[in-house]
Amino acid sequence: MGVTRLGGATVITDSLDWIIKWSQRNSLWPMSFGLACCAIEMISAAAARYDMARFGMEVFRPSPRQADCMIVAGTITRKMQPAVKRLYEQMAEPKWVVAMGACACSGGIFPTYAVVQGAEEFLPVDIYIPGCPARPEALIDGLIKLQQKIKRDKVR
Amino acid sequence: MTEETITLNLGPQHPSTHGVLRVLLELDGEVIVDAKPDIGFLHRGLEKLSEHRTYQQILILTDRIDYLAAMSNNFAYVLAVEKLLELEVPKRAQYIRVALVELQRIASHLFWLGTHAHDLGAMTPLFYALREREDIMDIFEAISGGRLTPSFMRFGGLAADADGTFVKNTKKFTDAFAEKVDDYENLLTENPMWLSRTRTVGMMSKEFCINTGISGPMARAAGIEWDLRKSNPYSSYEDFDFEIPTGLQGDVFDCYMMRIREMRESAKIVSQAVDGLPESDGSPIKAKVNKFPAGEVYHSIESPRGELGFYIVSDGGKSPARLRVRPPSFVNLQGVGELLKGRLLSDAVAIIGMIDIVLAEVDR
Amino acid sequence: MTLDGLTEKIGDYIKETDSFRDEVTVTVDRDAIIPVCRILKEDADCSFDFLSDCCGLDRLPETPRFMVVYQLYSLRYGHRVRIKVPLEEDDAEIESLTPLWKAANWLERECFDMFGIRFTGHPDLRRIITPPGLEGYPLKKDFPLEGSETT
Repeated sequence: MGVTRLGGATVITDSLDWIIKWSQRNSLWPMSFGLACCAIEMISAAAARYDMARFGMEVFRPSPRQADCMIVAGTITRKMQPAVKRLYEQMAEPKWVVAMGACACSGGIFPTYAVVQGAEEFLPVDIYIPGCPARPEALIDGLIKLQQKIKRDKVR
Repeated sequence: MTEETITLNLGPQHPSTHGVLRVLLELDGEVIVDAKPDIGFLHRGLEKLSEHRTYQQILILTDRIDYLAAMSNNFAYVLAVEKLLELEVPKRAQYIRVALVELQRIASHLFWLGTHAHDLGAMTPLFYALREREDIMDIFEAISGGRLTPSFMRFGGLAADADGTFVKNTKKFTDAFAEKVDDYENLLTENPMWLSRTRTVGMMSKEFCINTGISGPMARAAGIEWDLRKSNPYSSYEDFDFEIPTGLQGDVFDCYMMRIREMRESAKIVSQAVDGLPESDGSPIKAKVNKFPAGEVYHSIESPRGELGFYIVSDGGKSPARLRVRPPSFVNLQGVGELLKGRLLSDAVAIIGMIDIVLAEVDR
Repeated sequence: MTLDGLTEKIGDYIKETDSFRDEVTVTVDRDAIIPVCRILKEDADCSFDFLSDCCGLDRLPETPRFMVVYQLYSLRYGHRVRIKVPLEEDDAEIESLTPLWKAANWLERECFDMFGIRFTGHPDLRRIITPPGLEGYPLKKDFPLEGSETT
């Protein structure tokens, strides 16, 4: 990154990749996709005490077309699985998936006929946040790790 | 030109369905001609799983049935098992249980208030309500270690005794709470926009409620004076002085007023419970339970959503032969098809919100 | 409501009674379910106007295999009664209670979904909460917890 002054103005130069990644990770718009109990902690994370807005993420978009990041918060059941897959496909690139909570990571405490044992069975998951439910701080920690991942990886 | 209805799919991913609920609406313009709820998107096989877990392990599962009122679920379950075992609970534990469950009722209604108001366009109450709810979560976390899923009740009492910090923090909360409810009411109760979106929307008659099995604040909004804490008291509720609010026409506004007034009453009960907390008489705060006699019991409590019951069939083994959860949200949701007919599309959100469903309880 | 009180009203229909932990349970035949419920709902002393719950029970290996269990409640008196109806495995059919209580609608659908018990006269008997395409009835004792390969 270079900083120069050009005729009274400060100009910062950097690679295009870096700038794209910087803007992506600091304005991740999650899709409001709460399935079960973890959704409540996700909403608490967006509320006043834990305040995800500090990280640029308070804009939960209900529409998948406008969202960057799908936070799978809760148990994915066999009935819900096609809907989740469809929503993921409707999201525009670049997109990331965060599996929040034990159920989204690996089926959680429900090894039953009706539960998909983890979002990774059918989605490419970027970040896994364990917990039952994952605390709001854990969600924020996971999202910060996602930001770091975006910084580290090649631009999408 | 022919008239045709269009089918609109509401959910399962929708900010206002409060979870994964799908309602197939048939619309003639903006008027709903038919509404068919489609549930099962959060069916996790809890009742089947319970047959493969010990009674102690099932306690953890009960938190997840109605995740907004986990203490109430724990409570209903342990009361049913204690009935099966004929176990006496010490008075001190009973009072602490009542305090925790009423705090949970307040937390559940706060969350409902915030999200319901948000659905109808009022965004401010969400942040205020969640702020108060965080205080309750702190109290739960301090006593049990868990915010949303405390799993704190045990057969014969509680996982641990409450200490002075619990009493102090709870008093601090209840002393300040009435003013906070006044704040919410200032924002909503006489607000013309709120009134026009909620008055006369989704009116229910008493007969409709009784016949459809509707219980809880919805039934009380329709004018039915019924609260299991008064009609069939359990866990020393008869020691406490509180009122049961009832409504007039069972519309969305009445349901809102019921929950607001219930929050006030619950704060009174919590205050009385911690003020009158009996001293520990030296008996252990929970019982050691190894044997479960054969037999069947059904016990229900007044959860924030209505009659939450557990029907346990025991064959004498370590796991129940059958564990049935009587889910208030499931039965209350049945009526929504009829309530939505003839209403406008924007009322659909208000009516679905007034039921206060938790999909994990609807689908189990 | 005491067992004696109930015997007065529906004694002809009662096959078995139980009062474990002060809860009154009566077992009746499936042909009796509608008359019994009607009497219990409409009689002034019983006044069981609220159908709290309806669920199924699989008693494998005992016979008859299935039981349908109804929990009734009286808003007026605050008393409860449990009615159980045994059904054979190869003849698991019973009349629907939807004409008496709309509450029975989804409750019976769930019972059908979980056990395969058919409710004749039900306006819309189809599966309600299990995933579409599921073969078998999950709460039957011979259905595996993790499901089979076809699920």
